[in-house]
Amino acid sequence: MNNRVSDQDSLVSVRNLTFSRGNKKIFDDISLDFQRGKVTAIMGPSGTGKTTMLKLIGGQLFPDKGTVFVDGQNVHKLRRADLYTLRKRLGMLFQSGALLTDMSVFDNVAFPLREHTHLPESMIRTLVLMKLEAVGLRGANQLMPNELSGGMARRVALARAIALDPMMIMYDEPFTGQDPISMGVLVHLIKSLNNILGLTSIIVSHDVHDTMAIADYIYVLSGGKIVGQGTPKEIQESDSEWVQQFMTGAADGPVHFHYPAKDYIDDLLSSGKRY
Amino acid sequence: MDFIENLGSGTRASFNKLGRGTHFLIQIFSGVISVLLRPRLLLKQMYSVGVMSFLIITISGLFVGMVLGLQGYYTLSDFGAEETLGVMVAASLVRELGPVVSALLFAGRAGSALTAEIGLMKATEQLSGMEMMAIDPVKRIVTPRFLAGLISMPLLAGLFSAVGIMGGQIVGCGLLGVDEGAYWAQMQSNIDFYDDIINGVIKSIVFGFVTSWIALFEGYDSIPTSEGVSRATTRTVVNSAFTILGLDFILTALMFGDH
Repeated sequence: MNNRVSDQDSLVSVRNLTFSRGNKKIFDDISLDFQRGKVTAIMGPSGTGKTTMLKLIGGQLFPDKGTVFVDGQNVHKLRRADLYTLRKRLGMLFQSGALLTDMSVFDNVAFPLREHTHLPESMIRTLVLMKLEAVGLRGANQLMPNELSGGMARRVALARAIALDPMMIMYDEPFTGQDPISMGVLVHLIKSLNNILGLTSIIVSHDVHDTMAIADYIYVLSGGKIVGQGTPKEIQESDSEWVQQFMTGAADGPVHFHYPAKDYIDDLLSSGKRY
Repeated sequence: MDFIENLGSGTRASFNKLGRGTHFLIQIFSGVISVLLRPRLLLKQMYSVGVMSFLIITISGLFVGMVLGLQGYYTLSDFGAEETLGVMVAASLVRELGPVVSALLFAGRAGSALTAEIGLMKATEQLSGMEMMAIDPVKRIVTPRFLAGLISMPLLAGLFSAVGIMGGQIVGCGLLGVDEGAYWAQMQSNIDFYDDIINGVIKSIVFGFVTSWIALFEGYDSIPTSEGVSRATTRTVVNSAFTILGLDFILTALMFGDH
């Protein structure tokens, strides 16, 4: 009965989601909405489960409680075949690019087309070159993944993610470890692809500056809760201590510098027995 | 108390793994038809699993056969029975050494490579990426490799035995002076097609099945870090060796027990 939601504006809506790994609660009863046609960012310190959120949305992980609706469908109630049909309409860009290392750039981008369509090879070639042109790497189509720089690998992965013309792309830390130029290229690509192709984008990132520049809406997560949300402007002006610490990069604050430990003096004076 | 606790959790972990492995095997089987419809995928894997093991199998087979010729000759000639050298060499190879030694070599050469490949694909998110592209990594990546192992193993074992028999002939007839006609004729009349050759082929199919299964499962189930993959690769070789030798005893007892 609860398999469809009526909210037409949001492509993805997460409701009362709880997820734990072992004894650690990664998400504690949180709800998020991702609007159609917008770039929504999930930000937060490392280890807050941002990537986990993408895997929950993609149906690779199952929540303990709560629901995830993508385009009106409850992801975790779908049959396997239906989930795969849904995934064909979702693109995901992994942090490492996740290119298949035994195939050339061309074959990597052609991979989803060859697996899911029965298009003739000439048409696949045209499509692949168009996708590669969009990310500026048509000239690199015969290179192997190990010949690409990190930024190029991510752009190839992006070309592959848009190969099947998805309705949404999820970016997992797209800016991590990029030099300023590739960073600028990626920022530009994400924004322009979103607008030109009419996509919905979800970006998971802890890169404050660049994410603020392209996101329409931002959720800041910490300790399994949403500690702040709003447009980039609202986030910047937020009076929440959490959000301010994250934005300014202060070493200590609500997110402590120290990993939880027993009392320092007691620890130094104890016998040193392993516990 | 610690001991009992460890015993309990160890047993549970083993059964858990066996369950995951069986589930994995069922997933592999569910992809068989789609792989057979795309023979190109299978051929590519047969090349990397089978053809790439060709050299090690051929050379090892030759030396094992030569050693058998040498050792067999010294023992048989004490009884004046060196004419039966061909039977001895062929029977040992076809029944036992062919399937077992080639399976052990296969586990070391192809099995470890499969585990490392799948484990690294997992560690670099390639498998996860495929899932998100709505492509089942087990069907697309694992099943072709499994079938390639299953088909290659009996062929490699056959090759091992054939080369070994020739090695025995080179040493026995070429160097030690056993009559060549006797070597082949005795072999022909005493080696039974069903009892010896078919049983040997059955063994090698079983070994190919378990070795590929273990190698692929260890890779798929590995912890996706460099340490995790290296441990998984080691486990593949060790577990395959134990399984091959254990199963060989059981199969031998079943096949040749009533003689």
